[in-house]
Amino acid sequence: MMMQLINPILVLLVLSGFMLLGSSRLATCIRSVAFQGVLLGLLAISMQSGQLTISGVLLPITTAVVKGFLLPWLLSRAMREADTVREVEPLISYNLSIISGAVVLALALWLGERLQLPSQLPSSLLVPAALFTSLVGMIVIVSRRKALTQVVGYLALENGVYAFGAAAALRLPVLVELGILLDVFVGVFVMGIAIFHISREFDHIDTDKLVALTDRPR
Amino acid sequence: MITLLVLIPACAGIVTFFVASDRLRRGLLIFAALTQTALSLETWIVWPTPVLCGWLAEDALGRLIETLTSVLFLAVSFYAVAYLREERSQPHSDIEEGFIFSNAREASFTGCLLLFLAAMTLVAVSQQVALLWIAVEATTLASAPLIYFHRHHRSLEATWKYLLICSVGIALALLGVFFLAVAATSPDGSTIALMMQDLRLNAHHLNVPWFKAAFVLLLVGYGTKMGLAPFHTWLPDAHSEAPSVASALLSGALLNCAFLGILRAQEICVAAGLADFSDRLLLAFGLLSMAVAAVFISGQTDYKRMLAYSSVEHMGILAVGVGLGGAAVFGAVLHIINHSLTKAMLFLVAGNLLALYRTKNTDGVAGVLSVAPASGVLWLLGLFAITGSPPFGPFLSEFTILKAALDQGQILIAVAYLAILAVILAAMAAPALAMAQGTPAEPVAPARPRSMALSVAPAMLGIGVLVMGIYMPPVLSRALREAARLLG
Repeated sequence: MMMQLINPILVLLVLSGFMLLGSSRLATCIRSVAFQGVLLGLLAISMQSGQLTISGVLLPITTAVVKGFLLPWLLSRAMREADTVREVEPLISYNLSIISGAVVLALALWLGERLQLPSQLPSSLLVPAALFTSLVGMIVIVSRRKALTQVVGYLALENGVYAFGAAAALRLPVLVELGILLDVFVGVFVMGIAIFHISREFDHIDTDKLVALTDRPR
Repeated sequence: MITLLVLIPACAGIVTFFVASDRLRRGLLIFAALTQTALSLETWIVWPTPVLCGWLAEDALGRLIETLTSVLFLAVSFYAVAYLREERSQPHSDIEEGFIFSNAREASFTGCLLLFLAAMTLVAVSQQVALLWIAVEATTLASAPLIYFHRHHRSLEATWKYLLICSVGIALALLGVFFLAVAATSPDGSTIALMMQDLRLNAHHLNVPWFKAAFVLLLVGYGTKMGLAPFHTWLPDAHSEAPSVASALLSGALLNCAFLGILRAQEICVAAGLADFSDRLLLAFGLLSMAVAAVFISGQTDYKRMLAYSSVEHMGILAVGVGLGGAAVFGAVLHIINHSLTKAMLFLVAGNLLALYRTKNTDGVAGVLSVAPASGVLWLLGLFAITGSPPFGPFLSEFTILKAALDQGQILIAVAYLAILAVILAAMAAPALAMAQGTPAEPVAPARPRSMALSVAPAMLGIGVLVMGIYMPPVLSRALREAARLLG
């Protein structure tokens, strides 16, 4: 029953990637990675075959809560505190962003074809969708100006990696899953503090203006 | 016992955040460093029993890096106490641009130092590949506040680059860990646990294409953290803007921990008989790092950046040593120790120079030998050592790697290696000599008598570098051989 949900979830995951690339408002970007976080929790539950176990349900729910609500809340707070222009202000145009997203999707589909998992998967879309999400995160990190958007990109990259873990149905120990989640949480928390300091120090959070440190040869 | 190694600095770190008394907090730092070093040395007498179902255990390689980290941290903590005593807590003016800034709370700085030590220890004792990843990411998070101790725009820029670039790199390493888990799954559904021992034993059953992809991702991910070119861009900024206490730990201890992540992957490669594949990659990244470092060291005007690029060079040397295999691996493992001791010492001395001359520019520093004889002598000896002059430790390990390359008939690699070392020697010797000799342009007088610990701590490390070049205790050479055996 649950298995039928997998394909719709993956389609939504890909769509949220495009939403992230195409939206001009910071709040929408944050909302799309939050949506991804909830999708990941659903995906991990749907991947369970047979009897549902307690840890098999609790872990995805924790993931969904942390990635879908807690981290986006941290990011929104950082956005309010930084009191920045709530536009994404990308270094490349939105059209180019969407086009590069389409290119990356093709690449992910091709890679998914090439990388055959040893075990049979319930959906052939699993690996491409995970790789696509990671690659979208990379595009956002390099093509956006604001420190905050780069953190959103980092979260999308991390979501993609997590989706790959869920897709390959890796049975990682609970301790490891929680440790990874804790690291991501503390990571975004520390980045949020850094953004607060950047906005206070510079009156902006544009990373392309952070260029004081270079090599000055004689 | 192993649990204590991680828990002592972790608990001490959390407690220090809430200690208001400067004296008590600094005492706690020294106490934690001393106990942890004593416990690490004890592991050389009795092997500690593995804990947490074998997730935490000491092996020859992990123990070496763990002990090295503890010893470095001990020296740095003595220096840190003296440094923090001199560092003014009131807002003061920046040495380069003259604006007024203040420092972060000393309690958070000390707390993060200890948490950083706990995370690095966890990296060294992890036998579970995913746990190792968690620990490496934790080192990034614990050390980022250290770089932003001086609260001004340059250190903030360095902190941001460090956080973002390393986190992205580490995220790729996580994908590598997942790929490894896929490689460890056979078509019938049985899996190999992600423990080093199981992976080594069953390496031949790993799915080869997935494992190769995993190795590349792990190399790129941990390589970012280790400062291999072309992923090294955060390193010179972070190492030059962090206070010297933190630079010494970042360069001397943290880079080794990141390298350990790559070495764990290499151990599995060797066991799986895929060493040819991984060796070529390590050689390429290693030589590239050395070459990039040589370019940026030439004509470098900032002496802390010069030391930072020298770290990129030495990480390259480590990668080349492991990539060559055979006797060179022994040289590489030995070089881990030599580089750490020398570089930590140099960063500590650089901190003294910065406090005396209030500039990071090599041209602004002259006559160190007459102004501060102890720092001057240590600076010169340290630069001789790091550029591979006898009779210091780095000479021995760099020579071992060169000799192994020649013995294997890898003439091209040997020539490139030697040429780069020569360029760097020339590029570093000239400014270093000019800084030590001559007379300062304007009279330099320290505001007040400086603490002995600021010279003694680097001097102890310097003695270590000298001893490593002259005499190697049999117990150490046995441990090095054992560590090198697993790396091909």
